Amino acid sequence: MVLAALVPHMTGNQYYLSVAYQAEVLICLAIGLNLVVGYCGLLDLGFAAFFAIGAYTTGILSVDRHWTILATILPGVAIAVVCAVIIGLPTLRLRSDYLAVVTLGFGLIIQTIASNLTQTGGPTGIYGIPVLTVGRIVIQSATSFYYLFLILLVLFVFISLRVRNSRIGRAWLCIREDEDAAQAMGIKIHRYKMYAYMGGAVMGSVAGALYAPALTAISPPSFGFSESLLILMAVAIGGMGSVWGAILGGGIVVILPEAFRQFAQARLLIFGAVLIIIMMTRPRGLFPEGAFRGTATRLRERFNDRSPPRPLVAPPEAAVRDASSEGP
Amino acid sequence: MAALLETHDLSLRFGGVNALSEVSLSIEENSLHAIIGPNGAGKTSLFNCLTGYYKPTSGTVSFQGKDITRMSAAGVASLGIRRTFQNIRVFPKMTVLENVLAGAHLRASANLLAIMVGTPGFRRSERDLHEYAMTSLEFVGLGEQATKFAGDLPYGMRKRMELARALIADPKLVLLDEPAAGVSSVEREELTRVISRIHDNGISVALIEHDVELVMGIATDVTVLDNGRIIASGRPYDVRNNPDVIRAYMGRSRK
Repeated sequence: MVLAALVPHMTGNQYYLSVAYQAEVLICLAIGLNLVVGYCGLLDLGFAAFFAIGAYTTGILSVDRHWTILATILPGVAIAVVCAVIIGLPTLRLRSDYLAVVTLGFGLIIQTIASNLTQTGGPTGIYGIPVLTVGRIVIQSATSFYYLFLILLVLFVFISLRVRNSRIGRAWLCIREDEDAAQAMGIKIHRYKMYAYMGGAVMGSVAGALYAPALTAISPPSFGFSESLLILMAVAIGGMGSVWGAILGGGIVVILPEAFRQFAQARLLIFGAVLIIIMMTRPRGLFPEGAFRGTATRLRERFNDRSPPRPLVAPPEAAVRDASSEGP
Repeated sequence: MAALLETHDLSLRFGGVNALSEVSLSIEENSLHAIIGPNGAGKTSLFNCLTGYYKPTSGTVSFQGKDITRMSAAGVASLGIRRTFQNIRVFPKMTVLENVLAGAHLRASANLLAIMVGTPGFRRSERDLHEYAMTSLEFVGLGEQATKFAGDLPYGMRKRMELARALIADPKLVLLDEPAAGVSSVEREELTRVISRIHDNGISVALIEHDVELVMGIATDVTVLDNGRIIASGRPYDVRNNPDVIRAYMGRSRK
């Protein structure tokens, strides 16, 4: 993290920095989608819709209504959550496959709306989005956006990890692993699926709202199906359900195509090949869930000398018997 | 003794098949009630009706006098009825400890703000919960396995983990669907002991089992199902000598 904070000091190159903050934005989106796909196991193929809602709300309110950028974040989030509820209520009751189809449609609908309404500027989009100011700090240079999105990213990571290790996160994982058994735990599965979908919507729209001033001009092609796929790819490459994986995956899907720019026309081909190689060699992602957990627990046990909790009832005499050799 | 869970004329039809016909059953408080019967007798269907997974075609289920016939599975669980599944249903990519914590879902703090900030109150409640989870894991003899992925445990251990997951919820009644099926004889003895101890701790137990000897050893009440009907019910000794039961098990004169 210290290293990430120092990046702008190591390179003054604005191009590198703008690639870097684009990567950060994609990572933020990947972390948001990870709540939905990674934790809760709901396949969302239209995640860019929430990104678009955030960006367009900010664009319209700041250009047409002259709101300050910061004030536009909340309305964007509100609209995204309302959309999530409208989409989620009927479809989250169905199997995950249906959700995939509906979210795919939702993504396309949002993009189509954006390119046809006059309020959204039609195909040309919205331009002249004002400068983002926080108090007296002006965020306009690549460096300042780099730090802004770094803060957002750290915040999202923090929230994800906190929620993951709580009742909510556990309920999401249970739903992903086995819906029937989850119900036997008393988990209201529809409600918790909705929470996950809404959580993703919030993160996606916040990222969109802050990305609009970074671009200064937004147009429909930035929020299409390919963007949704890119975010999903970041989650899959990194490892479903792993925040660290989402960070790595998000970095890879933005930085690799840029790094291959010297190959000109062939760069996406090479990018595709690299992705295939990654998925063939590490099918569960680069940093699958629980990759660190073993280490973390071991460390905790080493430094934790609190005596183990006293059982309410003494364990049975022969209970702790390793049954690994006894199959069914 | 008062009835904890009661069914009245419970019937369940799948198309033309009568999975359950007019089953009236009463599970008493503090009992260890075994439900036995040949394959296809409707034992698991009965459990699914009791826990909200199936909605019966007719009849009622009531728990502590409250009608729960149409309640959702999650709703039934929240009343303090916990179950295990015939083909164990663990959450494979969660650790053993997390599986058990999931069982304590309704006891955990759900305040989103407290969770995101990580308030001391939230941390304390999670720590308490972890201790509870470790206690129930130790109760079934799995304390050492807490950090492993549940999917990596051998079969017998997964069965015991499912028990721990049901127990952490502090249930009033646990329904165990063939807890000893498919495990070795050593594990079977172990499980039998654990089940007896659950019962000794004041939790009512209903269990489906094929192994008649096992059931007769620990059960306080036995109900025998055959073709979706109750053919005998009572104390283990009486049921064992019931001619209908012997006929159902021996397969003589079955139409």
